Amino acid sequence: MKRLLGYMKAYRKESIIAPLFKMLEASFELFVPLVVASMIDVGIRNRDVSYILKMGGLLALLAVIGIACSLTAQYFAARSAIGTGTALRNDLFAHINRLSYSEIDTIGTSTLITRMTSDINTVQNGVNMVLRLFLRSPFVVFGAMIMAFTVDFKGALVFACAIPLLSAVVFGILLISMPLYKKVQKQLDKVTLSTRENLLGVRVIRAFNRQESERARFAGENDLLVKLQIFVGKIAALLNPVTYVVINCAIVVLIWVGAKQVDAGILSQGKVVALVNYMSQILVELIKLANLIILISKAMASMNRVDSVFEITPSITESVRAGEGRPAKSPAAEKGGVSKVRFDHVTFTYKGAKEPSLTDISFSASAGETIGIIGGTGSGKSTLVNLIPRFYDVTDGAVLIDGADVREKKLDSLRNAIGVVPQKAVLFKGSLRDNMKWGREEAADEEIYRALETAQAREFVEEKKRGLDLLVSQGGHNLSGGQRQRLTIARALVRRPEILIMDDSASALDFATDARLRQAIKRDTENMTVFIVSQRAATIKNADKILVLDDGRLAGAGTHKELLETCQVYQEICLSQLSKEEVQ
Amino acid sequence: MKKKENSKTLKRILLSIRQYKLGVGSSLILAFITVALTLYVPILIGQGVDLIIAPGKVDFSGLSAILGKILAAVAVTALSQWMMNHINNRITYRVVMDIRTQAFNRLEVLPISYLDSHSSGDIISRVITDIDQFSEGLLMGFTQLFTGIMTILGTLLFMLSINPLITIVVVVLTPLSLVVASFIAKKTYTMFHHQSETRGQLTGLVDEMLGNLKVVQAFGRGEEIQKDFEEINNRLAGYSLKATFFSSITNPATRFVNSIVYAAVGLAGSYAAIRGLISVGQLTSFLSYANQYTKPFNEISGVVTELQNALASAARVFALIDEEALPEDKPDALDLKQATGKVDLCHVDFSYNPENKLIENLNLQVEPGQRVAIVGPTGCGKTTVINLLMRFYDVNSGSVKVDGMDIRNITRKSLRANYGMVLQETWLKSGTIRENIAYGRPDASLEEVIQAAKEAHAHSFIRKMPQGYDTVIGEDGGNLSQGQKQLLCIARVMLCLPPMLILDEATSSIDTRTEIRIQKAFAKMMEGRTSFIVAHRLSTIKEADVILVMESGHIVEQGKHQELLEKGGFYAKLYNSQFAVSM
Repeated sequence: MKRLLGYMKAYRKESIIAPLFKMLEASFELFVPLVVASMIDVGIRNRDVSYILKMGGLLALLAVIGIACSLTAQYFAARSAIGTGTALRNDLFAHINRLSYSEIDTIGTSTLITRMTSDINTVQNGVNMVLRLFLRSPFVVFGAMIMAFTVDFKGALVFACAIPLLSAVVFGILLISMPLYKKVQKQLDKVTLSTRENLLGVRVIRAFNRQESERARFAGENDLLVKLQIFVGKIAALLNPVTYVVINCAIVVLIWVGAKQVDAGILSQGKVVALVNYMSQILVELIKLANLIILISKAMASMNRVDSVFEITPSITESVRAGEGRPAKSPAAEKGGVSKVRFDHVTFTYKGAKEPSLTDISFSASAGETIGIIGGTGSGKSTLVNLIPRFYDVTDGAVLIDGADVREKKLDSLRNAIGVVPQKAVLFKGSLRDNMKWGREEAADEEIYRALETAQAREFVEEKKRGLDLLVSQGGHNLSGGQRQRLTIARALVRRPEILIMDDSASALDFATDARLRQAIKRDTENMTVFIVSQRAATIKNADKILVLDDGRLAGAGTHKELLETCQVYQEICLSQLSKEEVQ
Repeated sequence: MKKKENSKTLKRILLSIRQYKLGVGSSLILAFITVALTLYVPILIGQGVDLIIAPGKVDFSGLSAILGKILAAVAVTALSQWMMNHINNRITYRVVMDIRTQAFNRLEVLPISYLDSHSSGDIISRVITDIDQFSEGLLMGFTQLFTGIMTILGTLLFMLSINPLITIVVVVLTPLSLVVASFIAKKTYTMFHHQSETRGQLTGLVDEMLGNLKVVQAFGRGEEIQKDFEEINNRLAGYSLKATFFSSITNPATRFVNSIVYAAVGLAGSYAAIRGLISVGQLTSFLSYANQYTKPFNEISGVVTELQNALASAARVFALIDEEALPEDKPDALDLKQATGKVDLCHVDFSYNPENKLIENLNLQVEPGQRVAIVGPTGCGKTTVINLLMRFYDVNSGSVKVDGMDIRNITRKSLRANYGMVLQETWLKSGTIRENIAYGRPDASLEEVIQAAKEAHAHSFIRKMPQGYDTVIGEDGGNLSQGQKQLLCIARVMLCLPPMLILDEATSSIDTRTEIRIQKAFAKMMEGRTSFIVAHRLSTIKEADVILVMESGHIVEQGKHQELLEKGGFYAKLYNSQFAVSM
């Protein structure tokens, strides 16, 4: 709620003008019963036609002022609401972008999508309606009450009783329905999840003939959603009839009290009519308010959900001391005294995991070296390289680049110096050029072509005859797995990084291409420190240093030759892939 | 054109409501009761006021009778109103549920080519946000249209019964508000349409970027994407502002018309009262009717704009539902029971789009139980062959046969049940490990699941997870490593034991020692089963009965490992190249 008000502050002018003009409109409306009362009491009684005409003209004038005020109010309310919604969406998106890997792992994409779209829409609608009505309705209600007091004190006491009663009803229903609306949105998340999973896993679902059960699952989630909606609807539907009953009971009492007053000669007939009119006006307003209350409770439930995303703080933040004070290449590094990348007794445990994924890892890599990383499935290879760009923070120990702890570097400058080729070859919708510019925004076409050439992708790109304007569809589905992998490698190379990380990124390449790729990288990336994670012994055989991981521990480190003699795990890996001669 | 499309959408909506005839009927009756009583109450109030004339001239006994009647009427009104609201809620949400289910079910039968070529975010936006938008509009339509129309008719009758002359004033003036409303509605539809469309684009971007947030962060592209996002978001804001503002003009505009009507009634009524044509009490009722008569015009005009929004959204949903589904299985399509595993490809031509020929005149005979390895440079069409075998895509010409039958004459379900498939792209659903492994055979017992996991060498890492087989893995596999996900996908197939296997780079992220063990398990499993293997690792390919060497959509060589090496052709070149260069 606080956050929302903060956003609306930017539209302070609009947010104040809108309800103000609504109130202005409402206050003019309040004169209407008075005018009608005097029409009856003065005009009809005195048979004064010109007075009646004058009053009629006054009514028309009030209508003109009313529409002018109302239009002004609507315009500013819309501006404020949409401005607020838009800003909220922008900031939420930016906030999500700042979250670190461990938060992304746990939240899930689908719920973020509903929060980003459906929830913020609801908030936006809520703000719009609140600005239009929230001040107006209570104002009309209390205004009508005050006007009633000016007409007759005793009669007005009825108002003073009815209105608190109504407020209690309205807020009661608000309190009950809000948590229910939250549940509805949560269920909507599940419907989104189901839809999204089905879009992404369509091949597997069809291959396993699971369409029927997926349909059943979706129907189940959808059914639950509808049940929740109907249930909360049932409660919300009470609002109108209850209001109606309370108001009409008040009218009955009013007429009775009025009758007594008239009988006693305190009140005129016209004034009783005015009192009844005020009560009816309150009814109309309250019914509007009731619909508004439903909207508000929906909007508040949604805002809470948006808020809870904002409240997730990224676990990886720049330390206060972080600065570019330390040059990327310290003098010591150039002398070769400090290693480019050093792991110092690193231990890492994933959030919520029982056991560490990496335990006490120490090694160092100098500038220009190629480091191969090999090991069993789930042995921690990807985890290890993910620590270098600080996608996760170590649980214990430290990762140092150029002698400085990565936690003390600016995130931007840290990641700018690193080119990552992720395991999952992801490309984005857009032209090939756009995709390549992910590496470096200002890269010229020529540089991009050079990177494509190193990544062994130039040939097939040229075959497609569209050059860098080649259109890539969502996820890169119009390209084969191997083509995508080579493009992701090129994308990282465009960046001209000091450190290149290839996380098993040649797995879909045939061996000839893979071999050419490694050769080209060796040739074109002299001063780059290259980390290659691979399953293939052949890929890393010639690396300057090979790290062998076994269940999160460093089972060996050294060159191919050294490891063959000293490391049993490595021997096994090599023998499982290569013939005896090849091993040697 | 637009109008036609609009009324078509409307017709579709009415058609989906039709099955709730009973609900709609009772809602109408309740609306009638509610309206009639709501209108009757002002008459009673008017009568009551007429009994309060002047000091000493108040008929208290008459008054209490009238007040009693008012209370009774109010009680019935409230009850029927609540029931009506509830029924309307039910109908709306049921209709929406039906449409959402239809939309989802359509996703299950759409050709894969459609899903490959459309942004998943936009589809999600249709299934979720657009349908939501539509339900809001429909609900408003229901609750207000019926009572609105009833109120208009009712008040008209009551007013006529009091004074026909003044009624005419009201009747002539009020429809002005509808003219104003429909004029505005026409303008807003386009804006609402733009709004939904832009919202779809926004969801598309959000889906793509949030789904791959890790890559976005690795490249520090946050700012650029933020710019793209803000560009679409601002465009959306522009459309929304216009749509919201123009639609919100309707209400003040109709209210203005109503106020004028009210003033006119006041004037005419007072004049009539002076002439003694009506009583003051009647004038009071009349004014209150004028108010009630015009209010529904107000609401209906509100509904009309809301409906524009709903229609714009509904049109997008219906467009998805109308998307051409895969052709049904032929009526005489056969149920392939247990295939022997003979697979023939005869003169197959295929391309994803007509401009780029991919596969031309591909011929292949696979005997039951053969192990077929497909190798070739990336992009040569290996994965495409698999798409054709599984019938994710249909051939352009030629045919694919299993056991001598064209697969187009076999039900898709039974064809696919005969294949076990492991793809390089691992897809797991959110749920427990056990559910994922048992995906192909949900009735499998825990023992069978564990057995399959053991064969896939996934058991040891599953055991280490917090809840073992009941550990819930999040969307997209959560914390599992790529290799572990692949092991689960393999376990999933191990459990099914289909007669034919397709392994498309199934073990690319698994370490080779585990791979060899898995292969042994596969070998045991594949005994007597036909298998197609796309892989780069020699260990997998060497043992194959036939190696197909593909290059740009053609099979250029075919034979066993040794034969091909001796032949010294393309395969030998591919094979030797890995030793020729080294880092």
